[in-house]
Amino acid sequence: MKTTNMNATAKRTGFPLPSSLKVVAGTERAQAAYPYYMQFAKDDDERFWFYNSMHFPEPMCVFDMITAEAAYCALGSANTRIHCLPTTLGIDCRIINGRVYIGGNAVTDPAEIERRTKEFQRRAFYYYANWERLFAQWKNKMMALIRDAQALPKPELPEFEPLEHVHAGRGVASNHYILETYQKTLEGYFRMWQHHFEFLLLGYGAYLTFFDFCKKAFPEISDQTVARMVAGIEAEIFRPDDELRRLAKCAIELGVDSQFREGASPDEIIKSLEQLGKPGLAWLKELAVSRDPWFNINVGDGFYHYHRSWNDDLSMPFAALPGYIANAKKGERLERQTDRLMAERKQLIADYRELLETDEDRAAYDQMITLAHRVFPYVEGHKFYCEHWYTNLFFNKIREFGALLVEHGLFSDPEDVFQLSHYELEAAIVDVMTSWSNGSPPRGISRWPAIVRERKAAIAEWAKHETAPALGPVPDIIDDPAIVMLWGITRENLDTWLTAGEQPHSNEIKGFAASNGVVEGIARVVKSAGEISRLRKGDILVCQVTNPTWAPVFQKIAAAVSDIGGSMSHAAIVAREYGLPAVVGTGTATQKIKDGQRIRVDGGRGVVTLLE
Amino acid sequence: MHSSEIIGWFADICLVDRPTVGGKGGSLGELTRASIPVPPGFVVRTAAFERFLSALEKEEPIRPKVEALDANELEEITTLSEHLRTRLENAPLPDEVKSELVAAHMELCGADLNGPLAVRSSATTEDAEDASFAGLQDTYLWTMGAEATLKYVRSCWASLYSVPSIAYRRKHGLPESGVAMAVVIQRMVNARTAGVMFTRSPLTGDRSVITIEGAWGLGSAVVSGEVTPDRFVIGKITGEISVREISDKHIQHLPASGGGVIDVETPEHARRVPCLSDGEIAALKDIARRVERHYGRPQDIEWAIDHSGEILLLQSRPETVWSSKERAPVARPTEDPLQHVMKIFGGRR
Repeated sequence: MKTTNMNATAKRTGFPLPSSLKVVAGTERAQAAYPYYMQFAKDDDERFWFYNSMHFPEPMCVFDMITAEAAYCALGSANTRIHCLPTTLGIDCRIINGRVYIGGNAVTDPAEIERRTKEFQRRAFYYYANWERLFAQWKNKMMALIRDAQALPKPELPEFEPLEHVHAGRGVASNHYILETYQKTLEGYFRMWQHHFEFLLLGYGAYLTFFDFCKKAFPEISDQTVARMVAGIEAEIFRPDDELRRLAKCAIELGVDSQFREGASPDEIIKSLEQLGKPGLAWLKELAVSRDPWFNINVGDGFYHYHRSWNDDLSMPFAALPGYIANAKKGERLERQTDRLMAERKQLIADYRELLETDEDRAAYDQMITLAHRVFPYVEGHKFYCEHWYTNLFFNKIREFGALLVEHGLFSDPEDVFQLSHYELEAAIVDVMTSWSNGSPPRGISRWPAIVRERKAAIAEWAKHETAPALGPVPDIIDDPAIVMLWGITRENLDTWLTAGEQPHSNEIKGFAASNGVVEGIARVVKSAGEISRLRKGDILVCQVTNPTWAPVFQKIAAAVSDIGGSMSHAAIVAREYGLPAVVGTGTATQKIKDGQRIRVDGGRGVVTLLE
Repeated sequence: MHSSEIIGWFADICLVDRPTVGGKGGSLGELTRASIPVPPGFVVRTAAFERFLSALEKEEPIRPKVEALDANELEEITTLSEHLRTRLENAPLPDEVKSELVAAHMELCGADLNGPLAVRSSATTEDAEDASFAGLQDTYLWTMGAEATLKYVRSCWASLYSVPSIAYRRKHGLPESGVAMAVVIQRMVNARTAGVMFTRSPLTGDRSVITIEGAWGLGSAVVSGEVTPDRFVIGKITGEISVREISDKHIQHLPASGGGVIDVETPEHARRVPCLSDGEIAALKDIARRVERHYGRPQDIEWAIDHSGEILLLQSRPETVWSSKERAPVARPTEDPLQHVMKIFGGRR
């Protein structure tokens, strides 16, 4: 297969070369812990790379790199081998100083594009044509996968093998099963990502087709308007937030709403509800209903082990409840008004249709929006099952292995397990298996504590260093649909990034206009999900990547600004849903804006102004 | 308030009356009848001009003399033009025309006898939409009193015999018998802000946005290009304001105390301040949509906002630049709708 990089004709000017990036002094061993195939090498200087701060805004623990590994492996196989996208293969991935850089792999040879086009039409078109059936089948496969993951036993090594195993003649000891469970855990995780990408690019492609048409027919239409025409009304991603509104309503109906005090911890609230007796217990029962499965949503995008789910850490949903209860008492309707939203979407589509100039345009428009509506529920819905529900099960299972290793003295905190790569973790498990079998202490006792300390220090150190938004020569054009759509990276973007350093005194930061409106207020720069609780009512959220699972935060904030994201990023969708101004994909907002600074967000123009 | 062969009040006329009230007059009548806010006024119909001219022809021929001119003989054209313009500007109006015009003037001004008016030429020919021709006709702003009205109506008529007008007609061999002019007499808006707007983007031809340009004071400063206006782009359907370019509006046109318009320097504190609020931008958009729907085609519109915040339209004419272009459909329907996705997946766009 003949392919070239996306920057084959790129100019020699541009961003720093990968080879000029230095590993931060003192962290060389931590850097070496990442797999060899993710380390930058000399010939990487030929290519264009960008920092994927949308998915990986913070330095990555060595275990967490499995998320990138499994995701790009699956994305690539869907594009390159399954659907045979004519003009693009998969995405390469490198890591340095904990920062993940990626680069696209374009197909530019016309004969090869032609050959792949034929394959594509036999494969992707089949998917489009049979979308509903295949998507229903997909949901079944995902649910089976989730059930399998839930059924995996907790890894335990009893002092003696249980008697019933012996009498049943099992003949295989528990140490073997912990290896089996570990390998099944990894296997399930890699398999989940394969499912994740089964439909994704096709879904985006159909959306982009309509997007492209709208941009030609209405050159000045905003991205967000097209997004509003396509966006689903009852997507899974809105459900967790809907459940909170439901619980707020329940609290009022049961007369227990006064228990939800701003600042009280979930434990305190639950305890006081239990003490209330019947009505309190009734509310807790409703809570349990919501939790399975809708609280399996994590406060990130599923790429960091410490982005815990609402189920694991109730502080996020509980922090939102007092606000929802207050709103309901003011007489605001809590339910999302899906009928109204649906009617608005329909009207928007009809209004733009009316402006088209020919019957042919209208007929083509109808075909494209119909396809986009058919496929888009997948694009919106898959995240809940993959990045959230399954990912939570996965990381929690790894935690159980962490607890096992703590029990056997390899380190002191179960969370330390994430400082080992998945290869190292398997070795440590075999070490413990062996030790359990032969009665000698595990060899890792003297090995891992120092390494874990060193790697934690490296992560902390790396977090203090800014990293270049892109590396290597600047491509003449970026027309890889996946990269433009998923990461919001365009040629114009890169120019802005390149000149960012030249205009240190500019008080304006530009990004994508994601949601209309102008607001002034105090910026709250939230660098990690753990800092969400610092947000106060009326603050402007400034973060590296906005995330729909932060939805409850949106009832508090006045506007949102992010470093990374396009107009179809979920943040943009949620901001529009809440009618908040949002500017996404600024590249540098979290670096340029100081916590507590007064800023103005113009979501219609995509401009953030520093006011002091 | 009743219309006659001489006078046509806006409420009584519409676009099909163009041969007797001209393009501008017909458009203002059309807007008035569509309940779009327009400063009240009337049109002095072409019949008034015909009566005036026949009275003059009896004394000394006008049209035959013009028709006898050679388009290349600029000196002769100039001599005749000066002569005819002086005649037209100074000759008394026929009694009937004069009395109807004065009566209409009084009715329009009501108690405010010196209330400011605009006296604007309203040409009857299709050619008048041609910018090169439209520019040849006169408009008199902020005129005060019946005497001024009588005077400037004749000035408008006389402008038909300006050197460039005569030269233009001779060059194109247009018959003089078809030459007539209606005159719009309209209450003047003391505009706080005024400008133009386009119901399709002048830059891209996009029909989903409305582009608004405006500056402080009377709209003549914007129309004549003497000031760089603020520019706003608002989604026709969404109402999203996607562009706000605030310019340095260094001068503005304001009414002069004795009538007419003067250039005034904008005070420093107002120069770089937006001349429209978001609410006004949205209100202008709503009106523009109504006008476009009424006509069924994209429009170029002149508007003004008075000091009480009321929006009034001064003019609406069909957009011609983009609308005259043959545009291929952006996409045609395909037998298999899936073929559309090849635009994204199939190769370089």
